[in-house]
Amino acid sequence: MFQLNNVTKAYECRGQTVNALNKTSLSIGDNEFIAVVGPSGSGKTTMLSLLGGMMAPTSGEVLFHGESLYDMSLVERTKLRLRSLGFVFQSFNLVSWLSAIENVQVPLSLAGESASAQQERASELLSRVGLSDRLNHLPSELSQGQQQRVALARTLANDPRIILADEPTGNLDPESREQVMNLLSEFHSEGRSVVMVTHDQFAAQHAHRSLSLVDGTIVDTPLATNAA
Amino acid sequence: MQLGNLIWKELWQRPTSLLTSLAAVALGVTALVAIQSITVFSEEKIAGDMRSLGANVLVLPPGVTLQDYYSADMHGQTMPEEYVTQLALARMSGVENLAPKLCVAAEVDSISVTLTGILPRSEFEAKTAWQGMSFLSNPVGTDRGCCAKPVTDTSGESDPTSLATQRTVQDLGKDELILGADIAVQLGAAVGDELTLLGDTFHVLTVLPPTGTIDDGRLFAHLHSVQRLSNSGPVVNVIEIMACCEDAAGGLITDLSRELPNTRIITIAQVVEAQIAVNGLMSRLSWVFFGILLLVAGASIASVMYANVAERRREIGTLMALGATPGYVTKMFLGKATILGIAGGGLGFVAGTILAMVLGPQLVGVSVLPMPSLCGVGIATATLIAVAASYLPARRAAALDPCLCFNDG
Repeated sequence: MFQLNNVTKAYECRGQTVNALNKTSLSIGDNEFIAVVGPSGSGKTTMLSLLGGMMAPTSGEVLFHGESLYDMSLVERTKLRLRSLGFVFQSFNLVSWLSAIENVQVPLSLAGESASAQQERASELLSRVGLSDRLNHLPSELSQGQQQRVALARTLANDPRIILADEPTGNLDPESREQVMNLLSEFHSEGRSVVMVTHDQFAAQHAHRSLSLVDGTIVDTPLATNAA
Repeated sequence: MQLGNLIWKELWQRPTSLLTSLAAVALGVTALVAIQSITVFSEEKIAGDMRSLGANVLVLPPGVTLQDYYSADMHGQTMPEEYVTQLALARMSGVENLAPKLCVAAEVDSISVTLTGILPRSEFEAKTAWQGMSFLSNPVGTDRGCCAKPVTDTSGESDPTSLATQRTVQDLGKDELILGADIAVQLGAAVGDELTLLGDTFHVLTVLPPTGTIDDGRLFAHLHSVQRLSNSGPVVNVIEIMACCEDAAGGLITDLSRELPNTRIITIAQVVEAQIAVNGLMSRLSWVFFGILLLVAGASIASVMYANVAERRREIGTLMALGATPGYVTKMFLGKATILGIAGGGLGFVAGTILAMVLGPQLVGVSVLPMPSLCGVGIATATLIAVAASYLPARRAAALDPCLCFNDG
């Protein structure tokens, strides 16, 4: 599904060049659940941005279903994200002035769904994540775990085949963490691919494959070692 | 939920910046609407005043002293009647109507009266048509398109009482007489009565309504009958001219003096000039205020929009990560600007109209009514400014990096 070929991403900072990714090659197949681990600043988020079509590599290529992501136009990449990719963020990134159901409606609205179809689908998804009684609550009226579940419902709105998650349990208490990881596992069991950047060993244990990022280089890490 | 709902909901999240932008736009439109409304209704009042005054230019024999504007024909001096034809044929811009007069003293049943000879319009229309000028279909002067709004309405001139307000009548027989309101009461005369003047018998065609001027005490007959009976020959004492107020204050007097050098031209130019100048100044100033205030409003909106983009960086980044195209983000901001422009323009129109209705009677003594055309101008301009001011902030928002959605973005 995803293929990274000799990808380098370099940043210029105060006259110095920092390589977040250094000639990295990686293959991600269909229906994989991958945990990307590594210390802060190791390039985990950079890799997620590259996979999400939001940051062009300095060199190398990123292929999605055999097609070069960064040879597409900006609008084409945006539409691909809308149709095929779902994002989960550490800080949930809900729009603070929209209710739970309206937040879930956002991707549906961007996809041009009718108001009634948006309502129906968003209610269904919020019920699925156990928030049918919180449809009209603002994010500030929800706990952090509930906010992340709203964000998960939003991720599923356009039924994406790939979910890119950036520290999805980073801000959660143990109970919410478990709920969120169970939901992500459920999404994976439905045939979706999940690529999750995390520091959380508990979260990483839910993955079926683990990758470590060290000094801009990706290496496959045995799950047993990772879990230990 | 559609884009419109998204914009509308976001607008109400930041009421302070919303109200600041709205007030800035509304202020510019308020200034325009208030000043323009007062100016327009003030101009209408001047035109009305000119109508009630009657003639606003007098052509008199040279050497006549103007003691009173309304009794300027009571001096006994004369000038050739052919001046009337000369003026009609000159077709000067601004001349709407000509009313030559000859006043002579007479007696009716031992009561001293002033008999004023007037020339009905049909006479000089026939004369100019005979000379190939085709004035039969065009009122004097108006074929030149000088007046935005005619000073006189000649449509009612077939009614002889129009003499009271329009200084001329369409038709008047050689043995017909029109009486002023006061003299009719004094003589006990009514329509259809016969009166003997200078040895001739006249029929009373009509009695004029009271005008509050010297005309209330006069008798009016055909100019040529008065000339014949008074043995004065083809002369007149005065030619009253109804002119467009703008022209009366402008080049018309020069044109008249050039056409009739051996006459004295009297006008209320100073009054007209002052009022026209004030109106013109107000009108121009209103556009200057409008422009300045809208520029301020535009700067305020641009500043609010830039701040809005900065505040919403992560939110915009998230929307882009979720699939919002740069075009969609641009529309979010320009849509917001459009709502601000329409609302600010509408509010400004209402506020400006109320202000004009309150201040109009106090400042310039005119009653002001709402002018819907200014609503369109106000809203269209305010919207244009708001959208133009938001364009660069919208472009900046659309160019934001979607990676801002990540925690360390």
